[in-house]
Amino acid sequence: MKNNKLAILTKGIIKENPVLVLLLGTCPTLATTSSVFNGLGMGVSAMAVLICSNIVISLLRNIIPDKVRIPCYIVVIAGFVTVVQMLLQAFVPSLYSSLGLFIPLIVVNCIILGRAEMFASKNNVIDSALDGIGMGLGFTLALGCMGAVREFFGAGSLLGFNILGGHIEQMGIFNLAPGGFFVFAILIAGVYMITKDKSKLVREFGCSGFRTTEADRRTAEKAKKAEAAKAAKAKAEADKAAVEAPKMNAREAVPTGAVKAEPKAQEGVSMEADLKAEAKAREESDALGNNPSETGGVRMEMDQPTAKDGSAKNVVEAKGKKVIEAKPEGNEGAKPDADAKVEVREG
Amino acid sequence: MAEKITIVMSMVLVNNYVLAQFLGICPFLGVSKKLDSATGMGIAVIFVMVLATAATWPIMQVLKQFEIGYLQTVVFILIIAALVQLVEMMLKKFIPSLHKALGVYLPLITTNCAVLGVCISNIDAGYNYINSLFNAAGAGLGFLLAMVLFAGVRQKLETATGVPEAFKGVPITLITAAMLSMGFMGFSGLFQ
Repeated sequence: MKNNKLAILTKGIIKENPVLVLLLGTCPTLATTSSVFNGLGMGVSAMAVLICSNIVISLLRNIIPDKVRIPCYIVVIAGFVTVVQMLLQAFVPSLYSSLGLFIPLIVVNCIILGRAEMFASKNNVIDSALDGIGMGLGFTLALGCMGAVREFFGAGSLLGFNILGGHIEQMGIFNLAPGGFFVFAILIAGVYMITKDKSKLVREFGCSGFRTTEADRRTAEKAKKAEAAKAAKAKAEADKAAVEAPKMNAREAVPTGAVKAEPKAQEGVSMEADLKAEAKAREESDALGNNPSETGGVRMEMDQPTAKDGSAKNVVEAKGKKVIEAKPEGNEGAKPDADAKVEVREG
Repeated sequence: MAEKITIVMSMVLVNNYVLAQFLGICPFLGVSKKLDSATGMGIAVIFVMVLATAATWPIMQVLKQFEIGYLQTVVFILIIAALVQLVEMMLKKFIPSLHKALGVYLPLITTNCAVLGVCISNIDAGYNYINSLFNAAGAGLGFLLAMVLFAGVRQKLETATGVPEAFKGVPITLITAAMLSMGFMGFSGLFQ
């Protein structure tokens, strides 16, 4: 138990750092780190909101109905942001004026909404508070590092203390927009090199869909297990179908279509865990039946790099239309996570 | 009229929302892989920004009237979330083709920093109603421009060779964004 609590606390600092590994909350990271003071101030404010909102949402998790949970979370978070805003205005007015627009924008910070959706709504109060502290510390640390680099090279000072003086020419670009992007890229690459072998995370901008690595890993493992169980069966049948397909009409090979649709659907779940936000979003809308013709194209594209289930690929190419029609059934059974995510969109 | 054009052009070029003010980075870096999805997202953002400003500006005047201006954050974000839901439902019912083109991106825009940012900055800058709408349209256009330019570059980046292993994927994208941002810095000082 103790180990578990400590793990929750420390994973947010380096291994699953919300900014540098999970790539959430990039807007304030780039905008407020022109100096260490601003970066740390932003980090501490966001951490305060994160801890408080995690606690409250965890307390209310059994009361909030599922359909309206996103607006409820937003109201809770916005309330705390308003409180923090007023506290900053009263006690640290210099920080308030330099952070400016980005204090109210803590509301739409993906870290806070994402942790509420992924963690606080499913765990008890102590765990949620620890998670908030861990993620907040990670966020503050990342912002502090970025602020330190940018302020050091851009203004020759740290926390206002003049270090380089006038001896070395200051690189003003680091205070401006391009410097922010550049330092961010270096930091992400640096963290990747440190954690390279310890955590196999996919680096993609995870702001849409509020995913975390744990959820992705769980779905990926589930999908892989189910896939492995069905791979042998599907392969045998696909070999038979691949031989028969050129001879028969594609429609007539339908009876195996439903079975093939399921590994496809589960592949879809694990692919979601791997792939980019827009492909994810498109898959979900296709699951709702919006763009059947595009789905085949999207799935075939994604089949090329991963090639997880070669037999299923043949099947898709052989029966474009039928797989898609069989897909909704496969989807409802095998994609509970996608349904939950669809609700995020609708809620 | 000249003032309005100045507002729009300054939002598009000089104070570009993404490349100069760092608002809307998440969708900028997340959705701009392909040109058509980038265009779709950009148009959806313009749409939502103008509608959100049209809705939030009058409500802010009401809030100021009753001296409860501190409720700005809560009220704005709720209005934006509700507005996006409403727009999605109405598009689905009345203009299904537009819904199909934009529909995937609309829910993503609720947590877009840029939309809330433009609503709040309109209030801070003290624009009147019409100027606020032009400001929002300009911000959206700037977002669209940055997205489209970046999507074009990123499509080329997909087939790039010689990227070091630690830099593959996200970091090299960010460095490219840095170059694009440097390019846009050339516009500063264009409007006084």
